[in-house]
Amino acid sequence: MIKVTDATVRFNMASEKIDNLKEYFVKLVKRELMFQEFFALKNVSFEVKRGEAWGLVGTNGSGKSTLLKLICGILKPYKGSVDVRGSIAPLIELGAGFDGELTATENIYLNGAVLGHSKEFMDSHYEEIVDFAELKDFMHMPIKNYSSGMAARLGFAIATIVRPEILIVDEVLAVGDVAFQEKCQKRMQEMLENGTTLLYVSHAMETVTELCDHALWLNKGEMVMQGDANEVCEAYLKSFDNE
Amino acid sequence: MNIFFRRLGGFYKYRFLMQQLVTKDIKLKYRRSFLGYLWSILNPLMIMVIMVIVFSSMFRSDIENFPVYLIIGQTLFNFMSESTTQAIYSITGNAALLKKTYVPKYVFTVSKVTSSFVNTLFAMGALVIVFIVCRVTLNIYYLFIPIILLQEYVFCLGLGMLLAQGSVFFRDIQYIYNAITTAWMYLTPLFYPITLLPDGLRWAVQTFNPMYFYIAEFRQIVLEGHMPDPYLVLAGTAVAFLALVVGTWAFLKTQDKFILYI
Repeated sequence: MIKVTDATVRFNMASEKIDNLKEYFVKLVKRELMFQEFFALKNVSFEVKRGEAWGLVGTNGSGKSTLLKLICGILKPYKGSVDVRGSIAPLIELGAGFDGELTATENIYLNGAVLGHSKEFMDSHYEEIVDFAELKDFMHMPIKNYSSGMAARLGFAIATIVRPEILIVDEVLAVGDVAFQEKCQKRMQEMLENGTTLLYVSHAMETVTELCDHALWLNKGEMVMQGDANEVCEAYLKSFDNE
Repeated sequence: MNIFFRRLGGFYKYRFLMQQLVTKDIKLKYRRSFLGYLWSILNPLMIMVIMVIVFSSMFRSDIENFPVYLIIGQTLFNFMSESTTQAIYSITGNAALLKKTYVPKYVFTVSKVTSSFVNTLFAMGALVIVFIVCRVTLNIYYLFIPIILLQEYVFCLGLGMLLAQGSVFFRDIQYIYNAITTAWMYLTPLFYPITLLPDGLRWAVQTFNPMYFYIAEFRQIVLEGHMPDPYLVLAGTAVAFLALVVGTWAFLKTQDKFILYI
């Protein structure tokens, strides 16, 4: 389903970012154009099979989001290869592409389009989205007047109307209220039961062990451990005790 | 060839997104303004009236039917400068989105140029009003006008893609380009007759300024009532496709690196 082989992602970490022509020529003449490399991921390999649920754990800046972006196709590997089969619903940031000036209804269509849905599809699922987000009375309000929790509800509702083959969730549920968080959990559980493959990033180990059967532990771009979710989470938590 | 069809397939898949982005631009442009879309017509009309007053009273203008001459040039030039300026910001302005989901990046550039194009079609209303007031006679060659607009659209698309990818790596382009369009405007016979230019400069404008091709084609139809010179049509089409090919090539070549710079 997802096969990541030896993937390395390189970022340009040049101390000052060169984004204007003058600097570019100055540096070119001085031969300082070599940029400082920074590897956000180093030779990471793993394979996810259909229906598995993987948790990604690791400290901040360890490359978890980079790995998700790689799988979504937002980033391209510098070395190695990423092979993904199946439709992806990326929940890296809920409501990416919401426009504050547009009303919620208009944003539903816009966001649906960003996710690659057709007009017919959005027409037929519009009611379902509004019902799930429980925001029926606010559909004609511009999104800029929404609270972040309300926007997240709408974003989650749009992103999960499809039954995607691969669901990618990156720490997004933190903003909603408890009731909505539970609702989201339930929906994800439902998808899992229907054979959706899940990639889940979280710092809350309980949810990782609850939702996922496998886990991958990243540290500074390198894979430390992969395997059974309980074992990896345990080892990960233990690593803090030693420090 | 295969890759070309695959891209075309992707284009088809994201047509709804394209349509959404274009309607978003158009809707938001005049939201909460009392006259709304009417501004697309009123704005060029007002500018034209001011220019006509300035140039017919302060300078003596020998051009026959000056308002018509002026508004044709103004409308076509505005489309070019507006669409390409918007295109420059199309990638950097959508950075947040591009970092978070996978969407073909050219969609944003193409949609900006397209929404400018739709806006220009609204502005054609101003043209019609001026034509009627100035009693311009209709002729069969008006049917050629959509082709002129299409030529210019393709040209702007190519130029826009080139500028959009360039500005990802060098933000300076955003500022330089502003000066360039000003120079370009004065080098295009918008409010003066081309014969006013000294020989060398005139030759350069007639040979290298794509905007001259499109504006001259349009004026020949409306003011002189004949089919545009084959030279202008040919040059206009050639330069449009050249821009498209170069722009697309540059864009596709660099697009994978955008994410590291936005």
